[in-house]
Amino acid sequence: MKHTISVLVENEFGVLSRVSGLFSGRGFNIESLSVAPTLDPSISRMTIVTSGDDQILEQITKQLNKLIDTIKVIDFTGEDFVERELALIKVTAEEGTRAEVLRITDIFRGKVVDVTPRSYTIEVTGAPAKIDAIVELLRPAGLKEIVRSGPVVLGRGPKGWRSAD
Amino acid sequence: MKKTGSQILLECLQLEGVDTIFGYPGGTVINIYDDLMDYPIRHILTRHEQAAVHAADGYARATGKVGVAIATSGPGATNTITGIATAYMDSIPLVVITGQVPTPLIGNDAFQEADIIGITRPITKHNYLVKDIKDLARIVKQAFYIARTGRPGPVLIDLPKDVQIASAKFEYPSTVELRGYKPTYSGNVRQVEKAVKMILASRKPVIYVGGGATLSDASQELRTFAEAIQAPVTTTLMGMSSFPKRHPLSLGMLGMHGTYYANMAVTNSDLLIAIGARFDDRVTGKIATFAPHAKIIHVDIDPTSIKKNVRVDLPIVGDLKDVLQKMVQKIAEHGEGIEKLIDETSPWREEISGWKEQHPMTYKPSETVIKPQFVIEKLRELTSEDAIVTTEVGQHQMWTAQFFDFTQPRTFLTSGGLGTMGFGLPSALGAQAAFPERQVIDVSGDGSFQMNSQELATLVQYRLPVKIVILNNNFLGMVRQWQQLFFNKRYSQTCMELPIDFIKLAEAYGATGLRATRPDEVEGVIRKAMETPGPVIMEFKISREENVMPMVPAGAGLNEMVLAS
Ligand SMILES: Cc1ncc(C[n+]2csc(CCOP(=O)(O)OP(=O)(O)O)c2C)c(N)n1
Repeated sequence: MKHTISVLVENEFGVLSRVSGLFSGRGFNIESLSVAPTLDPSISRMTIVTSGDDQILEQITKQLNKLIDTIKVIDFTGEDFVERELALIKVTAEEGTRAEVLRITDIFRGKVVDVTPRSYTIEVTGAPAKIDAIVELLRPAGLKEIVRSGPVVLGRGPKGWRSAD
Repeated sequence: MKKTGSQILLECLQLEGVDTIFGYPGGTVINIYDDLMDYPIRHILTRHEQAAVHAADGYARATGKVGVAIATSGPGATNTITGIATAYMDSIPLVVITGQVPTPLIGNDAFQEADIIGITRPITKHNYLVKDIKDLARIVKQAFYIARTGRPGPVLIDLPKDVQIASAKFEYPSTVELRGYKPTYSGNVRQVEKAVKMILASRKPVIYVGGGATLSDASQELRTFAEAIQAPVTTTLMGMSSFPKRHPLSLGMLGMHGTYYANMAVTNSDLLIAIGARFDDRVTGKIATFAPHAKIIHVDIDPTSIKKNVRVDLPIVGDLKDVLQKMVQKIAEHGEGIEKLIDETSPWREEISGWKEQHPMTYKPSETVIKPQFVIEKLRELTSEDAIVTTEVGQHQMWTAQFFDFTQPRTFLTSGGLGTMGFGLPSALGAQAAFPERQVIDVSGDGSFQMNSQELATLVQYRLPVKIVILNNNFLGMVRQWQQLFFNKRYSQTCMELPIDFIKLAEAYGATGLRATRPDEVEGVIRKAMETPGPVIMEFKISREENVMPMVPAGAGLNEMVLAS
């Protein structure tokens, strides 16, 4: 089963390799990982999408917590959360398909961020399933290149992570 | 007043109460070594950096204090790796200091540069590259704190040469602030209550003790607990000296080369109380048939140890000493329940006695060739109760575990998790440095001994009177045993074709060498060695193809022990 985990870590040299090394060294799976500083610049937030059964997930959260640089681990499975991913999609847009590509982009509330006579680059955000959907709809037009950020998540409700504990 | 980085490091070591360090100099630690001459810290120059780390490890295992080792950058640092990994696997508190090339050169493939932080990340509890002298004192403080608290382990500090030379005001922080590191010491009382209920409801309880009991200095609490509930106690290799083997409740060691009765007891138990143990595969055998009828209570300070390899019915996270004290308190509140428990578990203890009588830990004695087990029994007989015994890895290690009756905690130092040949001699060196007056003995095989035999020089130089037992079978015996049993006796590369004259080797270093080739010489050699000042090698020419028995074949269950070969 897929799990999305937020890991709040000391914004220190080498911390990313501690986390990624933990996953590779113990044979845990990483589907995506994103990392950036938080409101407090001494803390970075990682969002990791991983998979495994309950026992593996328990080990993953415990092992992450065991790292000295880890401040908090939040597994969002079963929680109420907002999940967003950003994608940039470079798609063929020629005479016959330009209008259709624009229409699809509109439906997904995407934006064209780069235009050439033969292509559009589209920016779209949403839950990963929504990104999957637009990619599939654009495929017939001809996909040239695509980059996805991997999802980031926040819990719903008024509380920040600090008050959550 | 301002101090240099290397002075600050040494000031910190002093404030941490470090009296002895083990190390080896080189270009990127030359400043530290220079300043060391002005500090009252004893430095022991081993002949290899791996040995320096094992020595610090032996010092830590024997004393319970943090061991300290130091090495230069590049090859010095990479030589420490086996030592660090050995300590990591057995949760031994160490601070290892490595020199590093100056910060502006890091990443340039400079002379003697190695990314030791990257290399040691998976084998340290934590590691630090000190980039700014202003961070140095805080980092050293944190390193010692992390090494010795929670589940202990090695911490490495990589110290670039320019940081050693730079100067700053020295202020040692009085407290450690690590928002991501807060070990749980106090066991949850409600969990303890549940555990006591499970114990009272059990009819076939077994206590299974690992190295954690030693690390938490909880042998006394363990004994009180076991006696209170009259439950039999089996230990792992690492837990061995925390419960006296001659105690009526002792089952000795469990697992691959454990006793028949310990393995039978675990297999038939209805409640397994795991204390500071981690269900290693050498202990459990085939997981599917491990303690199949038992509910499992698991007490450990490290939550990741719990439910890693086996299902657990009741986890208790906390320091063993604290949890065991609470258990004993709670049990005392159940006077009648306890009486009933002891009464109703008495058939269980009888059943176990039956297994003990059926298949005791034993061997076939001989009057013509020296049996290794006989040497170990004699050694026990002829050494004092507080003698510290280290081992290398192989058959001799298992025979020591099987036939030496350890009675005091921290008297058996062995590489359990990593299984490092070459650990025994330098760790004995470290233990002897900590306790100059106690008997310290390295039990070795002829193969392992040659992995760090250069440390004879260190022993002689520092007058560390370690006694070395070499059970010489002219084989890499443990591997040969597997080849005999599972590879049709095809002895591929396990015969040490070249016999070494260990007597001459000892003499070359200025130590003493003694040899026994017949059983009737064994006692004389041990007595003589114990009377001889300084380091002594005792070489025993043992029956060459003796096997370690009984044995659970790899992949089999604990109930499938092979009793004799
Ligand atoms: C550094 C290292 N290399 C290889 C091994 C694999 N190994 C385990 S036991 C053993 C044989 C040990 O031989 P010896 O020290 O002579 O002891 P014996 O088994 O004969 O008592 C070997 C090679 C190991 N444990 N450690």
